[in-house]
Amino acid sequence: MEKLLPARERLLKSKKSSLDGEFRGKIMVILCAVLMISATIAITIFLGTKGLQSFTKNGISIIEFLTSTKWNPTDKANPAYGVLPFIFGSFAVTFLSALIAAPLGIGGAIFMTEIAPSWGRKILQPVVELLVGIPSVVYGFIGLTVLVPFIREHVGGLGFSLLSGTIVLAIMILPTITTIATDAMSSLPNHLREGSLALGATRWQTIRKVLVPAALPSLLTAIILGMARAFGEALAVQMVIGNVRNLPSSILDASATLTTIITLNMGHTTYGSVENNTLWSMGLILLIMSFAFILLIRYLSSRRKVR
Amino acid sequence: MKSLKKLSLLTVLAALMVFMAACGGGASNGTDKKDNADKKTDELSGSLVISGSSAMQPLVAAAAEEFMAENPKVDIQVNAGGSGTGLSQVAEGSVQIGNSDVFAEEKEGIPADQLVDHKVAVVGMTAAVNPKVGIKDIKKEDLIKVFTGKITNWKELGGADQKIVLVNRPDSSGTRAVFNQFALDGATPAEGITEDSSNTVKKIINETEGAIGYLAFSYFTDDSVTPLAIDGVEPTEENVQSGKFPVWAYQHSYTKGEAEGLAKAFLDYLMSDDIQNTLLKEQGYLPVTKMKVERDAKGNQKDI
Repeated sequence: MEKLLPARERLLKSKKSSLDGEFRGKIMVILCAVLMISATIAITIFLGTKGLQSFTKNGISIIEFLTSTKWNPTDKANPAYGVLPFIFGSFAVTFLSALIAAPLGIGGAIFMTEIAPSWGRKILQPVVELLVGIPSVVYGFIGLTVLVPFIREHVGGLGFSLLSGTIVLAIMILPTITTIATDAMSSLPNHLREGSLALGATRWQTIRKVLVPAALPSLLTAIILGMARAFGEALAVQMVIGNVRNLPSSILDASATLTTIITLNMGHTTYGSVENNTLWSMGLILLIMSFAFILLIRYLSSRRKVR
Repeated sequence: MKSLKKLSLLTVLAALMVFMAACGGGASNGTDKKDNADKKTDELSGSLVISGSSAMQPLVAAAAEEFMAENPKVDIQVNAGGSGTGLSQVAEGSVQIGNSDVFAEEKEGIPADQLVDHKVAVVGMTAAVNPKVGIKDIKKEDLIKVFTGKITNWKELGGADQKIVLVNRPDSSGTRAVFNQFALDGATPAEGITEDSSNTVKKIINETEGAIGYLAFSYFTDDSVTPLAIDGVEPTEENVQSGKFPVWAYQHSYTKGEAEGLAKAFLDYLMSDDIQNTLLKEQGYLPVTKMKVERDAKGNQKDI
């Protein structure tokens, strides 16, 4: 009995302290969550009010803003605020770069998971991780120094073009797509592979007819996450795309995206001026687009769970 | 136990951030403090935050470095963010000095009457072409035609048979405003490649056949681009000072109300002969003290 009591007390004490820890941990985690949520909400509200000011305060028509191709905010007599060329540029580089990066990334993922899971993964994984670590300004600088002259001499045009922006972005989003696609492929249950092989399918048939369709929702998520990154990238694109406010008529024409126009002009404009407000509006468009991307990803992953 | 681990991880992270922040702030003046710990003759102390034009940032930062070396108790931070940012921040009082390469009157939404202008330097700029274009002098009317897209090949001006490629600055850029106003007589340039950084512009002009852009004099250090004389007037320091060469601009430092205390001391230091005659030249600016002409916010020029 004498020994039991202290033990019981000890238990009681430890229970109390563990409850204490339980409580503290809970508070801490909740605090983190609240902080993150409120930061997101605050940014959204801020960007919303700032971005709408050019329509509410400065009286620019939303329709003109979104559909006009004339952008000339500094013309004092006859300013024009049409951002369609930049919206078009943003979408163009995003889709084109996804078009290049998606087959490459998914191909790499299949190679790492199905063809050469041991040595292939050992080599490709660090290479992909290295690509993530290279800062975007370096991509831009390499693009400006190597890619732009190369395209000018061997493909045509000025070199500063949609094509240059697309290639730089494709390389930048490649790791995102490859990493998520690899996770998706390797998390497929093994019985899918075994079943298919047991039915006499070859390896390629298994990959093409069974594994890729099974992983498709996750693969699409990978592509869309890559596109979301491409849509928001500013610095590297700005250095190679030429930043021209006309609608490009070919892939070799210089162009501009929403992000490049924002980074080029933000520092020069004064807070509260019409120019500055229109830049915020472009930021709002970017935010809305990233919401759209997220919704699309949610939709795709909910489809995957139903299966 | 787990929460304890998390806590310690958080603490370590927090400590790391504080450490890095401290490093970032201290790096610029840490060495000066050590060098000058022995001479504490000046009673100037406190801190000064300057923001604005990225073109002026190297100059002001270099001057601040020397100023801090002489006054070890003073801490000056020079941020670049663009002229618009500098003017906005000085107007709302979040920095003491706002640098700008345009007059505050020219920017929308700035209470220019509350700001006091200190013209600390002059920068001259001119059109620059790819060396293979083969032109060194251009008439102003031809220059306007080139930039508005009415002339599209250099052979029309007696140069090589090359298509003209324009390299512009962003709409809101001060450099663009000055060039449009004084070199193009207010004409709106046609569309072309647009870059913000002078170094990038120089690189593009150098690498692209038939390219023309505009740069400050300080970027003409080698043969990679050819500066153009306008109407036969060479783009030189003397011609800007005498008022013969039209394309130049002041570099302004604005304060809200009259400059006081440390801000005044630093602005006086910027205007001292020491800085105007040596540091400015090293950085490629022209001393404002030697100008024989002056200009107001509307662009009217008159002799001093």
